[in-house]
This record gives sequence, structure tokens and C-alpha cells, in this order.
Amino acid sequence: MSLSSRHLLGLKDVPKEDIQLILDTATTFREVLERPIKKVPTLQGKTIVNLFYESSTRTRISFELAEKRLSADSINFAVSGSSVSKGETLKDTVKNIEAMKVDMIVVRHACAGVPLMLTKISNSNVINAGDGIHEHPTQALLDMYSIREKLGKLEGLKVCIVGDVAHSRVALSNIYGLKTMGAKVSVCGPSTMIPKFLDELGVNVIHNIDEAIQENDVLNVLRIQLERKAREYFPSIREYSQYFGIDRERLEKNGKDILILHPGPINRGVELSSEIADGSSQIILQQVTNGVAVRMAVLYLLGTLN
Amino acid sequence: MKIVLKNVNLLNPEQKLNEKNVSVLIEDGKFKKIGKLSDAETKDAKVYELSGKYLVPGLFDMHVHLREPGREDEETVVTGCNAAASGGFTGIACMPNTDPAIDSAEVVTLILKQSAKHLVDVYPVGAATIGRKGEVLSPMAELKDAGVVGFSDDGVAIKTASILKRSLEYAKMFDIPIIEHCEDESLAGGAMNESINSTLLGLPPIPSVAEDLIVMRDILMAEYTDSKVHIAHISSKKSVEMVREAKKKGIKVTAEVAPHHFTLTDDAVKTYDPNVKMNPPLRTKADVEEIIKALKDSTIDCIASDHAPHSLEEKEMEFEYAPNGIIGLETQVGLAFTELYHKKVLTLDQMIEKLSINPRKILNLKVPQIKEGESADVAILDPDVIWTVDKTKFKSKSLNTPFDKRLLTGKSVGVINNCKMFIDGKFTEI
Repeated sequence: MSLSSRHLLGLKDVPKEDIQLILDTATTFREVLERPIKKVPTLQGKTIVNLFYESSTRTRISFELAEKRLSADSINFAVSGSSVSKGETLKDTVKNIEAMKVDMIVVRHACAGVPLMLTKISNSNVINAGDGIHEHPTQALLDMYSIREKLGKLEGLKVCIVGDVAHSRVALSNIYGLKTMGAKVSVCGPSTMIPKFLDELGVNVIHNIDEAIQENDVLNVLRIQLERKAREYFPSIREYSQYFGIDRERLEKNGKDILILHPGPINRGVELSSEIADGSSQIILQQVTNGVAVRMAVLYLLGTLN
Repeated sequence: MKIVLKNVNLLNPEQKLNEKNVSVLIEDGKFKKIGKLSDAETKDAKVYELSGKYLVPGLFDMHVHLREPGREDEETVVTGCNAAASGGFTGIACMPNTDPAIDSAEVVTLILKQSAKHLVDVYPVGAATIGRKGEVLSPMAELKDAGVVGFSDDGVAIKTASILKRSLEYAKMFDIPIIEHCEDESLAGGAMNESINSTLLGLPPIPSVAEDLIVMRDILMAEYTDSKVHIAHISSKKSVEMVREAKKKGIKVTAEVAPHHFTLTDDAVKTYDPNVKMNPPLRTKADVEEIIKALKDSTIDCIASDHAPHSLEEKEMEFEYAPNGIIGLETQVGLAFTELYHKKVLTLDQMIEKLSINPRKILNLKVPQIKEGESADVAILDPDVIWTVDKTKFKSKSLNTPFDKRLLTGKSVGVINNCKMFIDGKFTEI
């Protein structure tokens, strides 16, 4: 079994079999991560560049760890201290990196479409680690892995993505992936944070968090990006947490225990109360561990193609 | 010098001229004789066999960005004029978003000096306000005397309603239109049209209502001041509908459309190719359909390229970082014939009105006549020739087009103006 594409740019056109294969492969690697020696020689001799044009801690560390666990040689290219500040174009940077004979590029960029652009100027396998407000496929894969691990399946589940859907790259990848796997997807958030034409994707849009809790099996709660423009899209943090935040009281009121995911980092007291964050932390931290396994699976499957 | 255009069809709706298979003798840049030519008359003349081709008044593009002064690496007055001649145009209006802006007589004089000996006539559009900042009116009277034919803060709409009102009132003294790039500033700044595609592509959206709001404001202000406003590169359905209604009421509003806005939809952005990034952005199928309808019913007066040259390195950037705009002078006629004439949206007469006559009328310029004794200012068009766009053959200094390798039907064979001829890729004195 192998993947049908040599890149992972997003989940939009990834077939069910490929997602299944990645999740199943991740299960194997998840087991490796529990061993005393957490390393396999699978990608020995492969060189992977982590090309991060946007600051990221957990995604970059997760990829780096996944690469090391697979015995690949990895290089980190971060914005600061690189030639970006000298005004080098993306194309030149990528051409230069490629001249050093790399095999795979993991790219994070503030602009949508950059991973696709890389496939046109480079011969390496390209993995999207987040492009603008477009896609973040490995995050969605690890979310799906975590849901499947906890609830045993994806098909037929009702999953609601909560929060700033319009400025989230996690939301779109989750929508594509979950729908492909047969889940029913809805979104819940302030109407200013829901893209105008989202319903055309076959996604139910609601604005009432209680309804979201009552009608779903899983909530995937997005981080409100307080440091970005998102702050202009709702009146105040206080109002947001009152109307869209999730705390114990709200869950009890709806008489429901529900699986809650969060891609992190959590704004405690905004989208999730500390109590909930810690209460469900088993799964939220499991997501982080699963992230390494899922990324190992993606790197392995792409790195051993052909 | 004498040239003979043999067996050509003459077409100028402005003169109600429509004659087939005529021969034309041009001597020293003037029409010497139109009709049957004797051997003596054609002696020593360079003869062009043009059967099946049309001789029409030279085409006019009223929305061209020459990058001189400021970005001569992207386009100069001369290279822009070369591109215009190659595309079938004998006249262009150049927009004021140069550096410095065309907000003083000195800049107008510079541009006119650079174009003085060219086949193509250049008519600068002056900035409506100093530096196009929307604060202080430009010296419109002085600019007019220097040679400008319109006023615009192009690139942006005139900033406030009060400055717009004053611009319209002041320009009215000269009967010169205010040309508006219609976009609400507070809704601007995105990378593509807001639609399902902007969501799918994760690109920051520009809603069409950003255009509609300013079109509405400008129409109201044109009505209130009884002055002329011209809507540049109209792209949204709602804006077109408002212009149609305004025209019915007799408000002095005119509109142009760029070829990419009747040829492409925002589906084209799926490639993330910065050569489909422009402002206004490519819109939806519904918008394109309304534009087609409006070309047919004359709500849209003319076709203009919004020729916007950008350097290769700028257009090779990330989509969101790349500047807006594409070049269009050398693909405009081909796209218009392919999309409008051959798809039976416009007749040949209407094509000439929209590509030559109407833009000149909007800018109060004389429409060239095909008549004995008149100076020859003409384009030779072949509506049926099938050709493939090859950007490496462009005369423009820039290459930023999404239409490279596209198969088109119809193009300009050559142009004649100012005692010069452009044909077979070369300029000659005649």
C-alpha cells in the first residue's frame, strides 16, 4: 500500500484510502513511541528540511521529533537569522536549499498556496505544516487519529468545529478529512468568524454553543488567535467566553460529557476553562503525542514512495 | 511615401462606413484616395494585400499603466506604446499612479515628450488629488492645459465624499470626467474575490460590496453635481446593475471593463498563480454573465485593458505578497474577439465602438475618420485568424499575463498613425 500523491499539501483531494493508510501506519508508530528505544531506522539517509517562515513551536518540534525518530537527517530553517531578512525570494531560497540535495521539505508559511508553489520549483516531497488560513493537514490527521483512538471510529460521528473558523487553517483540513471519512461536520462560532460561503461545503453552521454540545459527539475547539486580527471580529474576550467558551457549568447544564479536542496552545478562560482543559487534558495531551506518530506516518509513507 | 492597402474592408460606425473590398492609397500619412486605383496611382507604392481584413479607426485603450516615471524597469512610455501598437491601438490614456504621480504639469510634459515621436498618441490622466492622497485637489486647470484628458486617483477611489464632490464640481468646468477605481478602503486589502473559492483557497477575501459601495456613492455624487464620472474596470454584477439604472435616469456615468473580467472567473485563482491576481479581483460566473449582458445592452461603454506591468521577481512571489495587475495591451483584441465577437455577444460595429470610438468620446477626443484628405489613424484587424499567445514575443517590457499559450481568434495585423506604420512586428515610416 502506498499513498496516491508524493506530496501532502492539504486534505482537500486526499482519498479515503490514503487517510486510512496514514492513520493505520500511525498506530504502528504510536506503539514505537511507547518503547524504551523510540527510534526506527526507516528514513536513514534521507534529508528533511523544516522550512518555517512563521514562528511555530509545537508543530516544528513535533515534525523534528518525528524525523529524528525515523532516523532522518533534519535541518531547521527558521525565518530569523536566515536570508529571508536579506530580501531573498522564496524561489531562490528553495532553489538554494534544494541544491544541498534534500529529499523532503516540511513548510509552514503565512501565505496560502506556498506548499503548492514549492512543488513547482522543487523536486522534493512537500509537506504542508500550515499555509496561511488555508490548510494544516497533519493537524487534522492527528485530530482524526485522536478521535478514532478514543471513540473507535470516525464514520457516522458528529463533529463540531468551534471558534474562529474564518482565520483557521485547522478548520478547513478537519472539514475535508472528517467528511471524507464519513463524519458529519458542523461549525459553531460568532457569525463574523464563519466564512460567508461555508455552507456550500456541506457544513452545517450554528451559532449556539449549547446546541453544539447537545448535538455532537466531538467538539474540536479552535484557539482564538488573540495575537492576530481575530481580535477585531468580536466585541470582547469577556463576551466571547460567555457565549462560546466551554466550562464545566455549561457541560453540566447540557447534561452531557463530550469529547473535546484542542489544537493548542489553549487560551485558558477564553475558549476553554482551566477545569475543562485539565479535565479533558488526557485527550488534549494525547493529541500532542499522536501528532508525532501521525507525522512519522506521513514522513515514512512519502519518504519511502517509489 | 506611398502605401496601398488592397482589397480591404472599411468599417467605421461613426461615419456609417461599411464597404467591402476597397483599395486605399495613403500618401505621406494621409488618405489620398479610397476606391479603385489606377496603375499610375499605385506606382512606387508599397502594396499590402488585405483581403478579408478590416480597416477601422485606430483602437484606443483608456486604461493603461505606463511605469514612467518611477518604475522604468517594468515599462517605459516607449515600450508601453510599442505594446499598444502591437496590440492594435493608436491611442492610449495612461493612468497617474506613477512615481511621482501625474499631479503636476511637469510630469505630463515629461510623458508627452517621451511619446512625441511615437506612432501611438498618449493622453495622460491626471491625479484628482495631490499625490493621489485624497486630501488636496490637484491643479486641474494647469493639468488640463498641459494635456490631461481625465482625472483619477487610480489605484484607489477618491478618499472622501467631500473631496469627490469638489473634484466633480471642479472638473465639470472643463467637461472632463473623473475616472474612479471603485473600492471602499475599509473593505480593501484582501487577495481575491470573496466567494466559496476564497474559503477553499484560504486567501483573504475582498467582498464585491467593496466595489458596489463606491459605485453607488459615485453615481449619487455624479447625479448631485451633474458632472461626469467614469467607472474604471467594473467587475461586479451589482455595480453593473447600478450603472444601468443610473444611465436610464440620465446620470452622466460611463463604464469600462477589462478583458480578464469577461474572460475569467475566480476559479482561475486555484493555481495560486500571481498572474491572476488583480484589483478588482476576478469575480464569479454570475458577475461575468452580467458583464456580458451589459456589454450587449451598452451599459458598459468600452473595453480597456488596465495594462499593469510588473517585474518578474515581483510576480514570482507568494500570491498574497505579489502586487495586483496584469499586462493586457497585446491580448486585449484577441480576447475581445474570441469572447465577444465570435460568441455573438457583440457585432463588428459594436466591437469597434467599444475598442475605439466610445473611449475617445468619453475623453472628448476626436474619432479618426477614414476619408480622403484625413490623416490615416487606423488599425487593420483580422477577426478570424487563429493564433497562440506567446509572451516572449510581447513588445511590453513585462511578461505578467495569465493568457500565455492561450489560443485566440482575431487580432490586429497592423496600425497606422502619425505617418508611421506598425506591421509584421516592425515600425516603418510611411
